[in-house]
Amino acid sequence: MAEIRFSGFGGQGIIRLGLITGKAISLYDNKNATMTQSFGPEARGSACSSQLVVSEDRVLYPYITKPDIIIAMSQEAYDKYEPNLQDDGILIIDNDLVKSRPARAKIKMYFIQATRIAEELGNRIIGNLVMLGFFTAVTKIVSPDAMKKALPGLVPDRFLELNIKGFDRGYEYGLKVLKKKK
Amino acid sequence: MKTDPKGVLTGSHYMDGDFAIAEGGLAAGCRFFGGYPITPSTETAERFSERIPKVGGIFIQMEDELGAMASLIGAVWGGRKAMTVTSGPGFSLIMENLGLAAMMEIPVVVANVQRGGPSTGLPTLPGQQDMMQARWGSHGDYEIIALSPDSPQECFDLTIEAFNLSEIYRVPTLLMTDECIGHMHEKVIIPPAEEIEVVERKWYKGPKDKYMPYKPDKDGIPFMVKAGDGYRFHTTGLTHDYRGYPEINAEWQDQNVRHLVDKINNNADKIIKIEEDKTDNAEVVVISYGITSRVAIKAVQEARRNGVKVGNIRLITVWPFPEKRIRELADKIKAFVVPEINYGQIVLEVERCAAGKAPVIKVSHLGGGVHNPDDILRLIMEAAK
Amino acid sequence: MRDEKQIEGAKNPMEDFLRMDRIPHIWCPGCGIGTVVTSFAEAIQKSNINLDKLVVVSGIGCTGRVAGYIKLDSFHTTHGRAVPFATGLKIANPELTVVVFSGDGDICGIGGNHLIHAARRNIDITVICVNNFNYAMTGGQVAPTTPEGANVSTAPYGNYEYPFNLPYLVEASGACYVARWTALHLRRVTKSIQEAIKKRGFSFIEVITPCVTLYARRNRLGEGLDLLKYYYDNSDIQHGANTKDLDIKYQGKLIVGKFVDIEKPTFLDSMNKHFTKVLSDKYEPYVKEVKNG
Repeated sequence: MAEIRFSGFGGQGIIRLGLITGKAISLYDNKNATMTQSFGPEARGSACSSQLVVSEDRVLYPYITKPDIIIAMSQEAYDKYEPNLQDDGILIIDNDLVKSRPARAKIKMYFIQATRIAEELGNRIIGNLVMLGFFTAVTKIVSPDAMKKALPGLVPDRFLELNIKGFDRGYEYGLKVLKKKK
Repeated sequence: MKTDPKGVLTGSHYMDGDFAIAEGGLAAGCRFFGGYPITPSTETAERFSERIPKVGGIFIQMEDELGAMASLIGAVWGGRKAMTVTSGPGFSLIMENLGLAAMMEIPVVVANVQRGGPSTGLPTLPGQQDMMQARWGSHGDYEIIALSPDSPQECFDLTIEAFNLSEIYRVPTLLMTDECIGHMHEKVIIPPAEEIEVVERKWYKGPKDKYMPYKPDKDGIPFMVKAGDGYRFHTTGLTHDYRGYPEINAEWQDQNVRHLVDKINNNADKIIKIEEDKTDNAEVVVISYGITSRVAIKAVQEARRNGVKVGNIRLITVWPFPEKRIRELADKIKAFVVPEINYGQIVLEVERCAAGKAPVIKVSHLGGGVHNPDDILRLIMEAAK
Repeated sequence: MRDEKQIEGAKNPMEDFLRMDRIPHIWCPGCGIGTVVTSFAEAIQKSNINLDKLVVVSGIGCTGRVAGYIKLDSFHTTHGRAVPFATGLKIANPELTVVVFSGDGDICGIGGNHLIHAARRNIDITVICVNNFNYAMTGGQVAPTTPEGANVSTAPYGNYEYPFNLPYLVEASGACYVARWTALHLRRVTKSIQEAIKKRGFSFIEVITPCVTLYARRNRLGEGLDLLKYYYDNSDIQHGANTKDLDIKYQGKLIVGKFVDIEKPTFLDSMNKHFTKVLSDKYEPYVKEVKNG
């Protein structure tokens, strides 16, 4: 069982991250994943977030209470959500966008310049997919195959290849970082 | 009969409850959607507007829910299966012509993605505060059927079920879900069309001049026709005779009301679906529905770990209410615990059925979220003492 | 019922159109609704229309009872909702010719929002609005059509509100056919109903009728005949008149005639055309719109 929060600001495709991951886990990894998000004017502000509860068994309580994993793609999201992360949780940050404090307790921190890498690949719009690849590699909570299978229908057809490219780049970078950490 | 495969999006999907309601409707053969957008139900209307032109149906966004509900009744007399979706404030407007649908005995489905109320309340957050309004929110005496799904998957399954029940009993049927489930994404499996059973309208096939829209058949349910087929029938919201002609007197009023109420209550055993877990030998029984039933399971599991014999009941059908079963249990158990996202609605029904034989403890969350399972657990533990 | 012996084999010319088992009707002596029903019966007879495909939808009120007397598929709905009910019926089953027959309070008071939206969408229905200047069924309360200065039961010191000019309202909302007559102009009403039923698109016919029991008595306007005389003396047929100029003053001039008669695609026409264009073969066409007569 794991609780994941994807967060950032509006327009980054944060909700998409929850959808892709949830779809990948529940349709292709044979686990259960319940995704919720905030709606309404409060959700259109600068801090945007989607939540995923992942479980081998059926998810009963649909919301996250104290996340095991937080992905922060904006300063405000980091400031707002980091304090609630489990003491042994995983924190993933776009360190071009977020100035972070040193890790507290036993939190593991992972950094990637996802938006910058996306720009190098030709379109900053896939920054979220770079982040998603990275997240897949460092958390291992979902298989990369499942993630790629989940993409059609959730990213525009004409950008599918570009999105996969972004995902792969993030994933490779994640593997590299893991190796280094060891 | 098997459903028309055109509307069935067979496969595994990752989908929210609102979309699943639309897919359930399309799979059930719904080919007319008249509605008015309202948070948190709007995604259902959006899904219908996108999908229905591709399956031979029609979507119309009406000027308000008064008109939406009226348009559905017209569409049903036009021969279609029809539905709408709404939430709190819209549900109040739906009530006007829900009464007409009850009186005219119209098979039609209304989904309510409940939010916190009263009035505008909490547009983007869940509630279960319309459960009593669902039953008798329109004026006068009548019965409806109301189902309460606990997941996007059940939003799909029970929308089909709602259509089937509405056709069998010629009664408006409500799908009472909430914002949490409506906006929650989970896996939804849509089976192949040949595995989806749908109930055809109870078409009249006798001589044209002998048709009476309100004469009960042997099973108590009158036959239907559609407009334009030469029956020259009349129907009205007024109290009426078997021909549908107005009868403004106590005798026909008695017949009308008894018929509308009895056709549901006399078939309650056939209609009602509940899910029971370890209710035999239970000391405490938790009763809940919709999203709350999922949260309640967490509390039930924890209570069992603490050695309490606790049974769990999930109401899939909320109306008609499973009176018989609750009465049986009341004789045997220490107490009922009823969590719901309101200040106490279905708990009153449980109390009525328990009739003083077992205490009934309510666990209220007043909307805007779901219960903390610990709050339910605490009261289970107290009830077990 | 009459006592006189019926002549063997003779039948009331209206028998094909009326539910004779529901006669006598509830309308007061001198009421104008029955005459509009007669015009309607004549119009459909002359239209040579398939009666099985013709349906009548009413709301609530004196005119709302029309659906109960007409021997067609007929629907007596809720107050104000005849138009959206008819909208659903028509677009669910486009083969039908749908006529809404109801009163002024029903159609443009409580149902006003539906009226303008059905006109805006150009739903292919005909609305016959019998205007007797008050809510008659319930005892003559003030209506959105009550002329300024008229005395009605909920404006006992006289009405000080501005009334609707219905032809102006529905034309502005998008209606394809708009006419106004009085209960005196029965042949004209008949012809307008024929034209409106034939018209593809939203058609609206206002018929001003006497309410002898309530409106006339309260305002001391005399009997039915006196009201017809008022119509006779004050009606002015002005086909094509600017609907802006059709306000009705208390016991004032009544400009009548056919004001709007245009062609434009209906709701279903537009829908079919649009989806065919944007979805091409992915569009599963809804039943094609057919119109009788």
